[in-house]
Amino acid sequence: MEKRVTFKGWLLPLCLIAPQVLVSAVFFFYPAGQAIWQSLFIPDPFGLSMQFVGLGNFEYLLSDPYYRTSFLTTAIFSTLVTLASMIPALFLAVVADRLIKGAGVYRTMLIWPYAVAPAVAGVLWLFMFNTRVGVVSWYLGNLGYDWNHVLNGGEAMGLVVVASAWGRISYNFLFFFAALQAIPKSVIEAAAIDGARFWKRFWTIVLPLLSPTTFFLLVVNIVYAFFETFGVIHTITSGGPQQSTTILVYKVFSDGFVGQDLGSSAAQSVILLLVVGALTIFQFKFVERRVHY
Amino acid sequence: MTHPKDPPPGMVEKRGASLWISHIIMIAGVLVVFFPIWLAFVASTVTQAEIVQPPMPLWPGDQFINNYREALFSGFNVPVATMLLNSLIMAMGIAVGKIIISLLSAFAIVYFKFPGKMIFFWLIFLTLMLPVEVRIVPTYEVIANFGMLNSYGGLILPLIASATATFLFRQFYMTVPDELAEAARVDGASPMRFFWDILFPMSRTNIAALFVILFIYGWNQYLWPLLITTDPSMNTIVMGIKQMFPSGDDLANWPVILATSIMAMVPPIIVVISMQKLFVRGLVDSEK
Repeated sequence: MEKRVTFKGWLLPLCLIAPQVLVSAVFFFYPAGQAIWQSLFIPDPFGLSMQFVGLGNFEYLLSDPYYRTSFLTTAIFSTLVTLASMIPALFLAVVADRLIKGAGVYRTMLIWPYAVAPAVAGVLWLFMFNTRVGVVSWYLGNLGYDWNHVLNGGEAMGLVVVASAWGRISYNFLFFFAALQAIPKSVIEAAAIDGARFWKRFWTIVLPLLSPTTFFLLVVNIVYAFFETFGVIHTITSGGPQQSTTILVYKVFSDGFVGQDLGSSAAQSVILLLVVGALTIFQFKFVERRVHY
Repeated sequence: MTHPKDPPPGMVEKRGASLWISHIIMIAGVLVVFFPIWLAFVASTVTQAEIVQPPMPLWPGDQFINNYREALFSGFNVPVATMLLNSLIMAMGIAVGKIIISLLSAFAIVYFKFPGKMIFFWLIFLTLMLPVEVRIVPTYEVIANFGMLNSYGGLILPLIASATATFLFRQFYMTVPDELAEAARVDGASPMRFFWDILFPMSRTNIAALFVILFIYGWNQYLWPLLITTDPSMNTIVMGIKQMFPSGDDLANWPVILATSIMAMVPPIIVVISMQKLFVRGLVDSEK
């Protein structure tokens, strides 16, 4: 926690820590406290006063079919994004790891999408699948498939999943590739000498050795899918059609800012807060300890 | 790569046909991953007429200068040049601001004993858990009450209120040998002197790595600028693109929108590619 050798005095350290504490207090603890406080009230229709309802907002939310659907949507969405970004990344990393020359060049080429903002990624994918001008939807049409994510909820979900997973492939690739490179070649050679073929080696040696990285990436990608994909959803579908892509974060935004339902929005924030808290604790308890190569 | 002690190649590394298959898979992977960016670039160099007649060409046209000029200097609500400047200020403000307050507070936590230290430590620790997306409504109210809507302060401050960087620097300071602080103390150097002359220079690589990550994080923000910049002249480029789409059924001006998208990607891509080593290191450091 601290050094054996420390400096004396208490005024200086308090001054040093003050900016961080001040910014956190004003822009973090106060708003988070407000969210918890507001979640216990409902404003009257004219917004003049607040009525205390205890856990009423939460009870209402949990019995609200739209909210439950949104929970389910978020679960499906984040599972798909996690799988769609991790599996291709692992595959590419395994292939790149087998190359002696050129792996670095491929890595450089694959990093690009990470730098693209989710909202911009949304625009790029929207353009490719646009029902009027999209190249991919045009070719699909030629093949006899009538793509329309504006009307079809399943297609809308597919599109936001792919657009969200795209940039994450770079990220996951970097971690998988680094982990693969860290596996001592002698371990693999030993198995090869014992006659284990590639797939056998992969399942029994490589994958178990990758498990800390895989586990870590699972948590990080779920957190990403929950919170950072707002830009993708907002640019491509705005939560539609018929709320089929309204994930929880999008609902906080649309109920709070578009619908002006502050009590419900605050209660949703608190629920999300619990979700992040649980994921963070999970990560610290189970992942941190196991990430040792 | 071949080391004298390595066994002869060929046991695990592939040669011949298998090697070529690996390269082909990697090239295919790169092409697929790259395709959306390429297509957007091509579309930003052709005319609207070429796009609305699908399929659009897959090779750049001759409208590059026209489209980018229109986007940069006219835009829709506001010239893209203005949005680029706003994004730059926001990203730099977040990166530099967060690094400064984190360097100082980590220094205080690691190198001093003072009353209430543990409370502060845990308070800071708690901020790790909440992305801005979760507390948007009340944070918006705070900014509105301070009259900070449509201001750089409003764009930047709420996003530096988290402690990831503090933890990173704390971890790093813990690895700095105690003898250095001891020597500084024996020589009668003040704590700030020690910080500036020894700790800060030693942290340079960590600072640079973190800067890369934070710059991209700040540049790519979407929801927060969307909420608090109601004045188009304060829009950032990443949120401004969505404002370029017409409401209703009108056809979007794709060449200009995609030219703007390309310009929104270029700065973070340059940062990532040119500082690749630092970037990878920053990622690993800041996430673990």
